[in-house]
Amino acid sequence: MVALRFLREGRMQTALILAGISAGVAVSIFLAALIAGLQSSIIVRTLGTQAHVVMRPPEERTRTVLEPSGAAARTVQTRAQRLRSIDQWQAMIPLIEAVPGVVAVSPMASGPAFAVRGDASKSVALLGVDTARFLRIVRMADYMVQGRFALQGTDAVIGLDLAKDLGLALGDKLRIRSAEDRDEVVTVTGIFDVGARDLNRRWVFIAIKLAQNLLDLAGGVSNIDIRVDRLFEAEAIARRIEGRTGALAESWMQTNAQLLAALSNQTLTNRLIRGFVVLIVALGIASVLVVSVVQKSREIGILRAMGASRRAILGVFLLQGAILGALGAGLGALGGLALARAFARVFRNPDGTVLFRPEVTVELVAGTAAVALAVGVLAAAIPARRAASLDPVEAIRHG
Amino acid sequence: MADTPVLRLAQVRKSYNLGTPIEVEVLHGIDLTLARGEFAALIGPSGSGKSTLLNIVGLLERPTSGVVELDGQTVHGDDEASVTALRGRSLGFVFQFHHLIPAFTAVENVMMPRIIGAGRADAAMRAEALALLERMGLREHAHKPPRALSGGQQQRVAIARALVRRPPLVLADEPTGNLDTKSADEAFALMREFNRNQAVAFLLVTHDPRLASRCDRVIELLDGRVVSA
Ligand SMILES: Nc1ncnc2c1ncn2[C@@H]1O[C@H](COP(=O)(O)OP(=O)(O)OP(=O)(O)O)[C@@H](O)[C@H]1O
Ligand SMILES: [Mg+2]
Repeated sequence: MVALRFLREGRMQTALILAGISAGVAVSIFLAALIAGLQSSIIVRTLGTQAHVVMRPPEERTRTVLEPSGAAARTVQTRAQRLRSIDQWQAMIPLIEAVPGVVAVSPMASGPAFAVRGDASKSVALLGVDTARFLRIVRMADYMVQGRFALQGTDAVIGLDLAKDLGLALGDKLRIRSAEDRDEVVTVTGIFDVGARDLNRRWVFIAIKLAQNLLDLAGGVSNIDIRVDRLFEAEAIARRIEGRTGALAESWMQTNAQLLAALSNQTLTNRLIRGFVVLIVALGIASVLVVSVVQKSREIGILRAMGASRRAILGVFLLQGAILGALGAGLGALGGLALARAFARVFRNPDGTVLFRPEVTVELVAGTAAVALAVGVLAAAIPARRAASLDPVEAIRHG
Repeated sequence: MADTPVLRLAQVRKSYNLGTPIEVEVLHGIDLTLARGEFAALIGPSGSGKSTLLNIVGLLERPTSGVVELDGQTVHGDDEASVTALRGRSLGFVFQFHHLIPAFTAVENVMMPRIIGAGRADAAMRAEALALLERMGLREHAHKPPRALSGGQQQRVAIARALVRRPPLVLADEPTGNLDTKSADEAFALMREFNRNQAVAFLLVTHDPRLASRCDRVIELLDGRVVSA
């Protein structure tokens, strides 16, 4: 009660510092939400069409072979060779599925091929998948513009740009010729747009059996796609999978190391900015309360003379800090939400769709509010201790 | 309890170390006893140590040596919490400058010692504080902030505040020093009334011989010594 009255009495100061804290909290929440939104939009864009972990057959890499004389090293180039299959892949699937954190496993037979229609011929990447399994890795259903993503027999699902280039529509026939010189006529049963022209031009999905024939893989698969439940544990899970299967597993974090570095830079920047905001808020609260302690030293002396303990005085000022922090956190949270809303409304893609949505989570708001509260109390600690240690005689004497 | 004095000082000395090797002794061994319900004036020239003595009795300052016994209890200065509790329980203060808290209304200021003592406010406290203000003739001013009251009214609020916990002893350091004669007389009369009706002892520092002469007893301090009691 005393704390509240003191705050009310210094209305102007209280209002000013409250505005400061609110602004700090709002900016802090908004910024964090913005960066979280940006990051997840980047991640969705990059990983939306990509498995979190991919297993491939062991490559024959460029090796250096030491001559017996040891005098000269000779570099042996990887031979151009036919596609390799992952050994024992059928046996591996249950092993991989048993690794904690793995939510979906999808074998794939893929390789280069040509899509031929009339005189036109385009170089494409043939992706042979099991429909149900693959849909759990990449949500192709979300990207379909025509037809469905369901592959049986000689069905094929192609990208929007390839369809344009070759003048293909649903139901049209298309000849696929592989590097192994096998060919097959397939029917376009679906057209997708994954948002990347390059992929829209190159990807041709067909049933895994058909791909195995075309690519001469004879029941083999060229890679196994894996989805995990926690994105940032992909690397650890990849290592665990390697441990269990003895085959190579590569996480998106390895293949997108640069992206990852950029993301962690953003996170760092975010933390730094928020750290400064916290500092400013703390200094604001502390300075207001220091002034208040000086102004109120006489009243503090009186309260002490009337039997108020040091601890009670300490409490009064700590409470003021807490009230400032809590109110500031509340107002700031509202402000942050409003900013995030406004951002989503104002900044849009050229086509009018939302650029990306700042992610305001309950944890973010609650966390920031908790920090503001804690900072309020901590910042009040110094002036509060000063108030508590005031000598009542000194305080009273100077009437 | 009834037979123990409300205040007993034995050989109380106070010296100030002014940050130099020189120690200045302000009180040179004060012996003083105040009976329950006694109304005593403390007089003496400026600098004689009246305020210092009052602060020691009020447990706001510690004597350099000597014994302070308040309400039958010997004060041990080293336990901050119990000293604070004893002060709240057995003492009321009236200062020359009223020292009301501007953020609170008159009645809230009066309630304050009880709120501090109990750690909370309740309706009974408010009723009691209002009754007290009524007796001070301030009923209609109870809900005004201190700055809306005259100096004399403020001082009467301060007196009510000093009395609200019914302490056995009220210490008043020049409570009328800042008031015109009429207000001073009113304030003095109120203190005298409470002293008579509720047996509250007063130790009252004053420069006004007129008021001193109306007290039960006059204690005179000169250069840190009691010269007549
Ligand atoms: N904190 C202190 N440090 C040093 N000296 C002090 C301190 N407090 C009081 N004194 C000195 O002690 C002496 C007594 O002061 P005190 O205030 O008790 O006098 P007083 O009788 O109340 O005077 P007045 O009538 O002017 O109020 C003075 O000489 C004063 O300078
Ligand atoms: Mg004095």
